[in-house]
Amino acid sequence: MGYVLSREAFAAVIADLSKNYRIFAPVRKEGAGRFTDVDAVIYDYVCDSEKIELEAKSDYASKEFLTPLSETLLYFTENEVKESDLDTRPVLVFGRSCDINSLKRLDQIYLDNGLAKDPFYKRRRDLVKYVLIGCGHSYDNCFCVSMESNKCDDGYVFSIDLVEDNIQSNVPDKDFDKYFAQHCNDKKDVAPRYVKENEVKVAVPDSVPLSVITDALWDEYTTRCINCGRCNYVCPTCTCYTMQDVFYSDNGKVGERRRVGASCMVDGYTDVAGGGQYRRKNGERMRFKVLHKISDFKKRFGYHMCVGCGRCDDICPEYISFSNIIGKVYQASKEVK
Amino acid sequence: MTNNNPYLPFASDILDVIKHTEKEYTFRMAFKGDVKPGQFFEVSIPKYGEAPISVSGIGDGYIDLTIRKVGRVTNEVFERYKGQSLLLRGPYGNGFDVDLYRNGEVVVVAGGTGVSPVRGVIQALSQMPDATDKYVIAGFKSPADMLFKDDLKEWEKKLKLTLTVDGAPEGYTGNIGLVTKFIEGLPLKNPAEAKAVVVGPPPMMKFTIIELKKKGFKDSNITVSHERKMCCGLGKCGHCRVNDTYICLDGPVFNYEFAKNFVD
Ligand SMILES: Cc1cc2nc3c(=O)[nH]c(=O)nc-3n(C[C@H](O)[C@H](O)[C@H](O)COP(=O)(O)OP(=O)(O)OC[C@H]3O[C@@H](n4cnc5c(N)ncnc54)[C@H](O)[C@@H]3O)c2cc1C
Ligand code: SF4
Ligand code: SF4
Ligand code: FES
Repeated sequence: MGYVLSREAFAAVIADLSKNYRIFAPVRKEGAGRFTDVDAVIYDYVCDSEKIELEAKSDYASKEFLTPLSETLLYFTENEVKESDLDTRPVLVFGRSCDINSLKRLDQIYLDNGLAKDPFYKRRRDLVKYVLIGCGHSYDNCFCVSMESNKCDDGYVFSIDLVEDNIQSNVPDKDFDKYFAQHCNDKKDVAPRYVKENEVKVAVPDSVPLSVITDALWDEYTTRCINCGRCNYVCPTCTCYTMQDVFYSDNGKVGERRRVGASCMVDGYTDVAGGGQYRRKNGERMRFKVLHKISDFKKRFGYHMCVGCGRCDDICPEYISFSNIIGKVYQASKEVK
Repeated sequence: MTNNNPYLPFASDILDVIKHTEKEYTFRMAFKGDVKPGQFFEVSIPKYGEAPISVSGIGDGYIDLTIRKVGRVTNEVFERYKGQSLLLRGPYGNGFDVDLYRNGEVVVVAGGTGVSPVRGVIQALSQMPDATDKYVIAGFKSPADMLFKDDLKEWEKKLKLTLTVDGAPEGYTGNIGLVTKFIEGLPLKNPAEAKAVVVGPPPMMKFTIIELKKKGFKDSNITVSHERKMCCGLGKCGHCRVNDTYICLDGPVFNYEFAKNFVD
């Protein structure tokens, strides 16, 4: 069941929801984009529906609530190790189909890789519900159709599509129906919009032969890529982190253990004591990242990690195109066969 | 959440500290529970960090951790004494299956701190009825870098031990040379069926395997143990991944038939 609402009615729905939920949604930040005269669409907490960016694709991924860039896990006092506290008010995260499809990937690693469920992830995951922002059209660099994440049939409590100044919402979760029913009596069968074709299309090879893994095609990126790691930080499916211990400068007996987002493109990711390092060249790091997204993850879990959101292409200061690389890997793999 | 939080370390008493070299000590830690040689613990020092350390010995109510002092975390470990405690979490990883080596000829090749993870395997081999079919080649940088000197003496009595150093001061009477030098001359009856265990720094493992294959060993009869950067030991942080394998979960011990396909 669904609703067609005016923007005012939608504002009232969001105002009501924000009494019970923290709303984490894409917002426009002026001048914060790839270039200083370009806006960035980032994630932030909002109470006002007008602040939510419903048109542009976000530059950053919605994973930031679940896997913050830096999160304190443990506090240390002289004799005690204590888990950090968490604000336990429930959260509504607004995201597109690629974002909601990426959740399965995050869960896969944090909850289902190995025997232990990550409790710091799980306690956040348990607080979150997702709101789907429908896609009326494809955006720059999107190739979600090729990665089969252009659509999501479940995993959201309601959807929002801004169509000709009205909001269309499909509300599969009964608990959320009351918020809409209060402000709107135009009940209609609406379905979230989704993209059926992208300008960018990729073919992913079924398997990548060893000769392609060690092929010279990666060398180009040793010089082109500047290992800034932005492609990892914006990716909705990257999950790696590094542990970091600190003690407070004013009282060395007290400190904390944090985890911070890690990038396999950045120096230090593989450093071991005594100066050992794997994948010194940026081309090797590119190979490691790309093959994880379109081959290695699938070998382990049965489906691709990459959801085709194109954010890594959007952000790269060197204009390196991930979808282009997939094309090269496909060609090279085909030639081997 | 406190129940079963795998990131929360537990306190373990330091029962003893055995000094091998200036920089390498064995910490005997109180521990009750199942552990296998080749598994590892995260030594977790609040405000300094965590370091994965292999189990170098397993006994009634204790485990041994043989630690080389190299940096932030391990320096702090060396500030601790018998009677104090350390925080640990683990054990992690698969470990060695000692039963694989019960019958027939076996060669263990270990270099430096690589001896720690296989110490339990060597101990088991030395207790086996056909211990004379078990060979150990252990290499250290110099006579001063030798670990487990008392063990070496015991093992020498039961199985065939070749002890070597990369270099030594004048007058040293023992073997000098890399472990790889001693593989060709092993008096094996049936190398095609013999099993091997190889643990040490990456270049040492690489050249040892080349020599073993020259000698006639099958890939599938070789077991290796790998080290990578590790932050969690739980399959979450991603640092230890190679291809579709997580060294911390699926390893660190692998059959070489599988591990030869690793591309870092
Ligand atoms: C499975 C496994 C078993 C190991 N067993 C032993 C052992 O029995 N005895 C021993 O002395 N050492 C062992 N190591 C190496 C040991 O973990 C490192 O020497 C230690 O982490 C160095 O930490 P540090 O803070 O003292 O040094 P630093 O150089 O200050 O550490 C910097 C950072 O790098 C990481 N790091 C550094 N080296 C390694 C490494 N080799 N592997 C993983 N992470 C690393 C640490 O987590 C730390 O965050 C093992 C490593 C692995 C992966
Ligand atoms: S591919 Fe681009 S965004 Fe990623 S590390 Fe290289 S330069 Fe940075
Ligand atoms: S690899 Fe690039 S396209 Fe794929 S999910 Fe990550 S950011 Fe999106
Ligand atoms: S050590 Fe973190 S995933 Fe293996």
